[in-house]
Amino acid sequence: MAHSPVAINPRWPGGVVAGLVLALTLGTLCAVALRAKFQTGLGAADWAAIRFTVSQAFVSAALSCLLAIPVARALARRQFRGRRAVITLLGAPFLLPVIVAVLGLIMVFGRNGLLNGALGFFGLQEISIYGFHGVVLAHVFFNMPLVTRLILQGWLSIPSERFRLAASLGAPIGRLIEWPMLRGVLPSAFLVVFLICLTSFAVALTLGGGPKATTVELAIYQALRFDFDLGRAALLALVQFCICAIAALFAWGVTSPDLSGAGLDRAVQRWDGGIKRDALIICLAAMFLLLPLGMIVLRGLAGVSSLPPEVWQAAVRSVIVALCSAMLCTLMALALALRAGRLVAVTGVLPLAASSLVVGTGLFLLVYPFVNPAKLALAITVLVNAVLALPFVLRSIGPAVAKIEADFGRLGASLGMTQGTWLMRIVLPRLRGPIGFGAGLAAALSMGDLGVIALFAGDAQETLPLAMYRLMGAYRTEAASGAGLLLLTLSFALFWICDRGGRADVDT
Amino acid sequence: MLTLEALTIRQDDFQLVANLSVDVGITAVMGPSGAGKSTFLNAIAGFVAGSGVIKLDGDRIDTLQPAKRPVSMIFQDNNLFPHLTICENVGLGLRLNRKLKEAERQVVSAVLEKVGLSGLGARKPAALSGGQQSRAALARTLLAGQPVVLLDEPFSALGPGLKDEMLDLMRDILTEDRGCTVLMVTHDPNDAKRIADQVIWVGDGIAAPPVATADFFGDPPEGLRDYLGKMG
Repeated sequence: MAHSPVAINPRWPGGVVAGLVLALTLGTLCAVALRAKFQTGLGAADWAAIRFTVSQAFVSAALSCLLAIPVARALARRQFRGRRAVITLLGAPFLLPVIVAVLGLIMVFGRNGLLNGALGFFGLQEISIYGFHGVVLAHVFFNMPLVTRLILQGWLSIPSERFRLAASLGAPIGRLIEWPMLRGVLPSAFLVVFLICLTSFAVALTLGGGPKATTVELAIYQALRFDFDLGRAALLALVQFCICAIAALFAWGVTSPDLSGAGLDRAVQRWDGGIKRDALIICLAAMFLLLPLGMIVLRGLAGVSSLPPEVWQAAVRSVIVALCSAMLCTLMALALALRAGRLVAVTGVLPLAASSLVVGTGLFLLVYPFVNPAKLALAITVLVNAVLALPFVLRSIGPAVAKIEADFGRLGASLGMTQGTWLMRIVLPRLRGPIGFGAGLAAALSMGDLGVIALFAGDAQETLPLAMYRLMGAYRTEAASGAGLLLLTLSFALFWICDRGGRADVDT
Repeated sequence: MLTLEALTIRQDDFQLVANLSVDVGITAVMGPSGAGKSTFLNAIAGFVAGSGVIKLDGDRIDTLQPAKRPVSMIFQDNNLFPHLTICENVGLGLRLNRKLKEAERQVVSAVLEKVGLSGLGARKPAALSGGQQSRAALARTLLAGQPVVLLDEPFSALGPGLKDEMLDLMRDILTEDRGCTVLMVTHDPNDAKRIADQVIWVGDGIAAPPVATADFFGDPPEGLRDYLGKMG
């Protein structure tokens, strides 16, 4: 197909956004590099943090992939009532505020949790959720479902004729059909999860800590918040960036995962057995996801009524931040999608490898000489959250914009539409679905964010996740569960409202 | 009079040259698959870059953006925006930016009646049959009132009876009422025989000057004999 010389999509907003994203990711890096205290070098504790960061991410990614294979396989070949619900459930952890999930996991696997209760009943030794395995457990909770969906996509893309052929030949399905698919899907899934686990500050903040279980991001936070050692925080931020950059180089070409779940609602018909085993696997996976959520809801219901007023204020603040961030993120994604091309492709994946703590440290160093950083906490949170959600929202909007241009670009141009008319009358109305989904995603992610806000906020800027974290730190479990339930409800409600709003009354 | 002077389109190892002029009336554009019929139309509309000169009644139009060229185009598919009603889609021929005014709505209704769609203006395209969708696209072209109309196999998805009906309707309202210059790509010799005054043969990298339809089929070019032979 010939390249058309028509440019009906406005291009300059995409350029502005690309500049902004580059400034926030790479520009803040310059601020960090200028301020880093190189003279002292890295101490033993810093090296321990680096080792911990990389090893926990590696183990988390490997376990997530390993455990996801049987679940995806069971889901791919079984058709049962509630299958759609299970697949929706697999999408939930991505939207789930990290701190809520962590509290849920503590209620199941923690000191006074269900598991230890059962172990104690049988006279077995208690397990601890804090430290290395706690961090890994939380990462598996978040990422195993994501990998399951990625693998499931791979499984369902295998033509059913191949399974039929293998069955009629009596050939080994695993070696002949499934292994080649897994070899294609698993490496990129592993790398995506590895990257996510390198930059998951909230998990390390809540379940890590101490000399044995501190990540580089956690060390940055401590250097900045507790020691106010800006030089050391900057040096650690540089280290964190290097780790992410190396991982991102390996992951180059790996696109951000498609979270829409489109096309996953059918099963492949197969002729090999194992129904009981599949049922068991699906039940175990569902329980692993549902139990912590169920505990939050159960315990939270009691706590909601007795929530202190600061928590409600924090909730209002969080909703406003989430809505602003979602709007900003959607506008940025739209601008990038309209521009398309190489620059946009780079801009669209860069935030995947960016650490909110590194970006936050850079911004802190930039604004600190001029203004009290706490005053800008909410504005900066809006901005950073919007940029970090950008890859996922762009994944939803980008292909849709490309399709609109391919289908109707020439018609629009031949009718003589201006860029404004084209945008308002054609592109936006046709994008309602992807925009709703993307905005919901960005809103939920921002709602649950506990990253850059922790660096900046004072009491007056507390968001709901931060308020919940402080309640947990004060061992006010009842109130923390109440805040958790509130946070959970608000996150999913924001996503649901946006996604629904986009889907209602759509003409294809 | 639409005149193409040394219009040359190059894409990778494909090249098409046209040196010809087309009068008011219907001209069929025929040729084997991949010969460049669609590309030829797209170059006139401005969607494909080419060198050379395109003139309409003596004025150059090849220097204009597609939107500014006095040309309407009906494509193979995607001629209507699915999220707009038929009335709104057709109204795009009158006004692009806002909702139609009452007077404009009446103009649209009149045109819809002319193409046999009266009373269907409030529907979305998905609620119309393929033939009705083609009629709506034709109605919009009619309202846009451009002197040159390009059709890229617009009715190829319709059954034979419906297609003939559309061809006749098109001839009646575009050429007999309006005096448009119509270029229509088609695979089917019967389409050309039914309504075309003349035929342009596109093959071997050249778009040949138009030949009167009777003469064209009475003494077909070699390429056409191969083409029809393969079909039979």
